Amino acid sequence: MDRRDFLALSTFFTGAALSPSIFGKAIAASQLQDGIELAVKKRLADAALAAATAAGASYCDVRVGRYLRQFVITRERNVENIVNTESTGTGVRVIADGSWGFAATNGMTEDAVADAARQATAIAKANARTQTAPVQLAPTPGVGEVSWRTPIKKNAMEVPIADKVDLLMSVNDAALGAGASYVNSLLFLVNEQKYFASTDGSYIDQDVHRIWAPLSVTAVDTSTGKFRSRDGLSAPMGLGYEYLDGKPEDKFVLSNGHTTYGNSYDMKEDAIAAANDAQAKLKAPSVKPGKYDLVLDPDHLGLTIHESVGHPLELDRVLGYEANYAGTSFATLDKRDAAFKYGSEIVNLFADKTQVGSLGAVGYDDEGVQTKRWDLVKDGTLVDYQTIRDQAHIVGKDASDGCCYADSWSSVQFQRMANVSLAPGKTKLSPADMIAGVENGVYISGRGSFSIDQQRYNAQFGGTVFYEIKNGKLGPMIEDVAYQMRTPEFWGACSAICDESDYRMFGSFFDGKGQPSQVSAVSHGSSTTRFDGINVINTARSLG
Amino acid sequence: MSILTEAQAKAILEKVIAFSTADEASAQLSGGIQGNVRFARNDISTTGIVDDTELAVQVAFGKRVGIATINQFDDASLERVVRRAEDLAKLAPENPEFMPAVGKQTYRATDTFSEATAALTAEARARIAEASIAPCRDRKLIAAGFLEDGNTFFAHANSNGNFGYQRSTIADYTCTVRTEDGRGSGWVGSNVKDVTEFDTATDIQIAMRKAAASADAQALEPGKYTVILEPAAGAGLVSFMMGYFDARSADEGRSFLSKQGGGNKLGEQIMDPRVNIYTDPWHPEVPAMPWDSDGLPRERAMIIDSGKVANLEYSRYWASKQGKPETAGWGNIIMDGGTKSTAELIAGTERGILVTRTWYIRMVDPQTVLLTGLTRDGTFYIEDGQLRYPIKNFRFNESPVIMLNNIEELGRSVRVKADEGGSMLLPPMKIRDFTFTSLSDAV
Repeated sequence: MDRRDFLALSTFFTGAALSPSIFGKAIAASQLQDGIELAVKKRLADAALAAATAAGASYCDVRVGRYLRQFVITRERNVENIVNTESTGTGVRVIADGSWGFAATNGMTEDAVADAARQATAIAKANARTQTAPVQLAPTPGVGEVSWRTPIKKNAMEVPIADKVDLLMSVNDAALGAGASYVNSLLFLVNEQKYFASTDGSYIDQDVHRIWAPLSVTAVDTSTGKFRSRDGLSAPMGLGYEYLDGKPEDKFVLSNGHTTYGNSYDMKEDAIAAANDAQAKLKAPSVKPGKYDLVLDPDHLGLTIHESVGHPLELDRVLGYEANYAGTSFATLDKRDAAFKYGSEIVNLFADKTQVGSLGAVGYDDEGVQTKRWDLVKDGTLVDYQTIRDQAHIVGKDASDGCCYADSWSSVQFQRMANVSLAPGKTKLSPADMIAGVENGVYISGRGSFSIDQQRYNAQFGGTVFYEIKNGKLGPMIEDVAYQMRTPEFWGACSAICDESDYRMFGSFFDGKGQPSQVSAVSHGSSTTRFDGINVINTARSLG
Repeated sequence: MSILTEAQAKAILEKVIAFSTADEASAQLSGGIQGNVRFARNDISTTGIVDDTELAVQVAFGKRVGIATINQFDDASLERVVRRAEDLAKLAPENPEFMPAVGKQTYRATDTFSEATAALTAEARARIAEASIAPCRDRKLIAAGFLEDGNTFFAHANSNGNFGYQRSTIADYTCTVRTEDGRGSGWVGSNVKDVTEFDTATDIQIAMRKAAASADAQALEPGKYTVILEPAAGAGLVSFMMGYFDARSADEGRSFLSKQGGGNKLGEQIMDPRVNIYTDPWHPEVPAMPWDSDGLPRERAMIIDSGKVANLEYSRYWASKQGKPETAGWGNIIMDGGTKSTAELIAGTERGILVTRTWYIRMVDPQTVLLTGLTRDGTFYIEDGQLRYPIKNFRFNESPVIMLNNIEELGRSVRVKADEGGSMLLPPMKIRDFTFTSLSDAV
């Protein structure tokens, strides 16, 4: 599930509402670079490991976390808010008497974390009284003292706030100058400083960076009462501030001028295009419902991959651990064993926690497992899932895939989606070549409405911008488009994938899952891809 | 530290305000203990307790605002957090929409606290999980569920002399029961202030019955049907719509509540005259905190009155710009209903579909609040007042505005929590011409 949190977030900080509990404590920019000393983190971790072991835990892991976020939020010519937040604390997870227990504390002393470790052990023992099957952990080697950092070029937290304000003001001016009625723009920067230690003998220090620069432009026609918005076409990325350099080589331009972006983003250029598109959407004809061949841009297809491949191939869902909320999965274990046809033979989907620039890239997951790349769907056939240490044995694996993540020191880690991507086509094919072969189709760019059932069969997706394709040519913009699909048929209808030169990443900053709900950030790469004969509905209604 | 008394909280907040050299200062102190137990595959899977207390400080120099928070409470830390907020305010450009802190207010307390919930232990949580799991094991069904409880306090003060303090508790229980072969699924949920209201032994039977009865689902053609939305099913649609009552968006022409030619639909009939939706922080079944995030005192107010738009939500800035009185943001949503239970609505239905729960609801078109989503965990065909057989789940594309114009009958309102919303009071609703657009194979 991709959450509505962005909406909540942008309204939360509007009007300077005070609510400290969601994003942690706000701090001044000058203090963002000061991390917790490594020796302090190791002392805290060792205190917790020792206390848990003494209390009777057979396994313990400790996460000492410092989570930094910065938001610069604007609308039209106003800066609505600048917020720096910090949340620091320690989460302790143990196995005692065969059951899990977890406790977290914001006290940064050895006594406080030792207390949390004892509390986690007591909880585990309380749970063990009703537990029927003891937890089994797949082995993972202790790696000693190691470190990993997102390979950023410019630390966004170090860029002066004035530069960020100037950028967003220039973006908004550009949109308003191009005829926008309203424009919102935002910078959202994340730095997770995570220290992991476990009784397996690992002490892992990681420094993870992410950036997102969303914008939304609205055009209003008061005379008709109609309004249309066009969101920016950036992707949240696991990159530094260099993502906003907007290099020409990172642009992908269609014959009609429609532009999307790869490893860097020209926010001002996209704001002008958004203003033009929003006004064009007010006058664009409504789609005629029916079957169309869809040509899906990577900044749209990523969300479809996320919902119809990433989630159903999470092993905890397959096994029923998420049955009460996010749901289960149609892609059951017997289907893997029977070489289930997930898609056409050109469909290769892989998971990768090492992809440079991706949101999900880390050196080690939140239970100390080194990350890797592996196949999920090979030549159209379901071959594997995403798993963590306490579930690997259920599918006969002897090691975790490294998919464990917690969104805070105070959240218990569990299985989360890796970056799941569609491999580019193996033969040379550009989007222009692809469109030239489509007689009756729709080109879709950007994310829109999205919804999928709890077993990931039936989905409906909208988009940001839609163009008609007739007889091999891009036609005018159209509106009110959504497509409905059943996952295996949809991927079975995949008839062409552009080559590697068109490959780029989509990102989801707020993928929600679990109870209590946690968010994670994940990327999905693909090239422009064609799906034949997909059912398109018209979403226009009248309130009378 | 996590649960401070009113005197303790006031002492900390007064110190913080006194440290500030800014033109004005506001501070909020909140803390609590959140406990939970999660179970799946008929075993407890994760549990946890998070204990945290935080202080947030907002200061303003003219129209420049800064916010900082901290979770240490010695004098040096309190002074440091104020200086941090002041540093940030000096970096911020002026916000032309800045509103000064509210003056001294009078709050009438609301009944948001239960001793029984505050006293819930890890063992008691495990017992509730076991009360869900054990009967399922006995009947060869599989339970997955979640219990979360919170015991919190909230205090705020500002340099105008305003102060408020109140404690609050909440507990939310949900359980999905599936058949071993995965062909049947049922669900039950209970959202309460006081955990003694939980009746897990009875509730779990509802989910078990629905799971067993929903296997062998038949496929109906998508189309327009009369539906009975149980309160949990309707909550997703209604709570989604209630997020779009912002006055500014309506006045700016970008809301379903905008009027063609300009202005908003305040006072206009947009729903069936039987629809009455209001907010009331003192409502005994869904009490809300007596102030909003700005510290304005909440009041009872009609939102939809006999189908007409009676109120929109105004930020303090937008109220001042539009010459409207300042009113607090809404703390709860209550929709009036009738007297019948869901079972009685079914008994009076010739043909229709019972929807237990809705899922993954998203906006398709904000112009009409067209929403899409799916049915889930117990969808049944009704004929001659009886549940006849289980049917496959549907995807719907429907606007709650259109839905609330197509009311056949409303039942008795109950407290529910939407999957992605807060607690609310909502009736079961019998609706004609509800639009299902495709079938789902999901169970």
